[in-house]
Amino acid sequence: MIYFDNSATTRPYKEVLDTFVKVNEQFYANPASIHEAGVEVNELLDRARMQVADIFNTEEKCVIFTAGGTESNNLAIFGVSKANTHKGKHIITTKIEHASVLEAVKSLEKDGFEVDYLDVDETGTISLEDLKQRVRKDTVLVSIMHVNNEIGAIQPIEEAGQIIHENSRAVFHVDAVQSFGKLPIKFNGDKGPDIITVSGHKIHGLKGSGVIVFRQKLNIIPLILGGGQEFGLRSGTVAVPQAIAFAKAARITVENAQAIQSKYKKWHEDLMKFLTGFGEVIHLLSTKFGADHILSFSVKDLKGEILINALQERGIIVSTSSACSSKQKTTSHVVTAINVAPKFKDGVIRLSFGAFNTDEEIEKFKEEFAKVIKDLKGVNYK
Amino acid sequence: MKWKEVLIRYGELSTKGRNRKEFINRLRDNIRYTFNEIAPLKIHTERDRMHIQIENNEQMDIIMEKLPKVFGIQSFSPVAICEKNMDAMKSLAIEIMNDFKDQDITFKVEVRRSDKSFPHESHEIQREIGGTVLSNYQNLTVKVKKPDVELRIEVRKDAIYMMAQVIQGAGGMPVGSNGKSLLMLSGGIDSPVAGYMMMKRGVRLEAIHFFSPPYTSQNSLEKVKVLANELSKFGYKIRMHVIPFTDIQVLIKDRVPENMLMTTTRRMMMKIADRVREEIDALGIVTGESLGQVASQTLESLTAINDVTTTPILRPLIGYDKLEIIDIAEKIGTYETSIQPFEDCCTIFTPANPKTKPKVDKVKYYESFTDFDDLIDKAVKNRELYIFPMTKPREDKFEGLL
Repeated sequence: MIYFDNSATTRPYKEVLDTFVKVNEQFYANPASIHEAGVEVNELLDRARMQVADIFNTEEKCVIFTAGGTESNNLAIFGVSKANTHKGKHIITTKIEHASVLEAVKSLEKDGFEVDYLDVDETGTISLEDLKQRVRKDTVLVSIMHVNNEIGAIQPIEEAGQIIHENSRAVFHVDAVQSFGKLPIKFNGDKGPDIITVSGHKIHGLKGSGVIVFRQKLNIIPLILGGGQEFGLRSGTVAVPQAIAFAKAARITVENAQAIQSKYKKWHEDLMKFLTGFGEVIHLLSTKFGADHILSFSVKDLKGEILINALQERGIIVSTSSACSSKQKTTSHVVTAINVAPKFKDGVIRLSFGAFNTDEEIEKFKEEFAKVIKDLKGVNYK
Repeated sequence: MKWKEVLIRYGELSTKGRNRKEFINRLRDNIRYTFNEIAPLKIHTERDRMHIQIENNEQMDIIMEKLPKVFGIQSFSPVAICEKNMDAMKSLAIEIMNDFKDQDITFKVEVRRSDKSFPHESHEIQREIGGTVLSNYQNLTVKVKKPDVELRIEVRKDAIYMMAQVIQGAGGMPVGSNGKSLLMLSGGIDSPVAGYMMMKRGVRLEAIHFFSPPYTSQNSLEKVKVLANELSKFGYKIRMHVIPFTDIQVLIKDRVPENMLMTTTRRMMMKIADRVREEIDALGIVTGESLGQVASQTLESLTAINDVTTTPILRPLIGYDKLEIIDIAEKIGTYETSIQPFEDCCTIFTPANPKTKPKVDKVKYYESFTDFDDLIDKAVKNRELYIFPMTKPREDKFEGLL
């Protein structure tokens, strides 16, 4: 099987799985227990926390282990908004966020928050001018994703951060689920983000693991109440094996980032060129300005599902725009936001690369894809 | 900027007459000990200051980080050098004064021209450099008497030496210059602070800790080790004697009325501490007691406990409030460790209503029915010894997991 759906989820690294098993076998005590076994596990958890803090250039007390990207995003949005109502009830986000952000702010809208959704251009990028216009004195939260999961568009995080911090007291949250390990993302004083959220299973770690990290201590209200674990921000016995596995996956990801990134870049360029060769039958949603590990395109007047099935028969796994929304029949909000022409709207396909992909797999894809298009559309590769 | 040396001004030791030489040597040895990792350091001592030669930036970073912790130093200054011409001097002066660019301050230029063959006269250097600095930094004004900052320039045979920054040292006296004492280290907030304060006055420490498994856990012992290790960063290595105390504590509980438990326990601890003190040739015993803080620290209790020995008992915190002690603990980095919630030998076996005004005669009377001496002998003999800073890094039990 050739797996090109790494933005949906990834195969865990062997080392990460080994860690997960070993921690479950040997360090299963509750880190909050005062006996020796508990203290030892707590020490291990602290080490993992330190490792993650170092990666993002922050302190240990600013790292919270969660159950994944969705929980992290929810905590960022609800936690910050509800803690700061005395400053205002205005939120800014974009039209192409992940559902875990969009649904959260929609729910806040019902609670009386005012939300501005930034438009994007056809490349999927927000306008900084637009952002500047909309930032207000009573803006409490700005949430902008770093890399879009469906088309790979990159947002200008540094510049956005400067605008936000210069013009408001808002907290700047960056959903880095799709960008961590692919693009540099860390805290940088009062330029850039205040909160970064990351998921474990997108970086060859485990499902059910993630983090929310803060630049510095923030005023934030927890979503889950109980024993006060994770500095009171995320009660519940800490899933230590997941947390340790996350720290390890994050470390390996950062260490390998440069080498792997150059492969993604090569494949992205190569396939963009290849797909252009089909002429007007194919429309590219990804651009050369986007992230290299995501390649999104559409085949004219063809349902994406048909294409997925045809490629699957040939041992190649790709997806429609996003795994989370692919089961819904409606057109994705991202595809709508970037104004894809109607004849290309239903055929959106996404290839997303991971650390285990190889040059041979790319070649194999090209070969099989050309055959599929010839079969389905009667078009030859030029 | 090219760093050449760090100039150190001595603390109180300058006033110590004939002992000066010994004090200076002690400070030099302590500095060598502190910077073991970048040894060998070239240190040149003079009557009222000391120079550490800098060979690279890495050395400079480590020295700047750790030197403020070394006792016996009033202040120190990083010194840079440049070539012996006016242009080089001007650009170095601008670089050095950059440290003060955000403050409104007064300054003056002070020139020492020990190389008389240098073509520019002192006044000329003063005027030229002062003018250059003034035109570069609008926030500065000249003041000849008592300026905030003195830009010192020395014209020597080999180069121009320049400095301006004066960094506060830890003060006090070099550790070891005032003899050795035994610190009773419990694991709470007070005792590490008491140890710190005596070290600041030049006292070299060994520590004693009473360990009562299973009533106190391994964790509480680990915590005390961390504290001893922290203290050892202030200038000298610390040996810690861990006394197996369970048998004695159980016997006390068995034989002495409940409201006297605490007083007798303290008296036994003091007896043991005094025995250890004698064996290691220390002169005094240091405790973290602060008057009236708890039942065992009333003047009556202190008298009853003190009764077992004639050794000087040093109580540097006796007049301090708890909040003042916490302030120091936070400053010296022991607070976070101290507040970890493990049972220690003082919180266990605590009677509900301890006597706050025990009478020495009464305590002695109740103790007289029991022979504690054998157990005391045994405890002193079976003590375990640890040396800090921990030299051998502990084996990493989490190897490969992260």
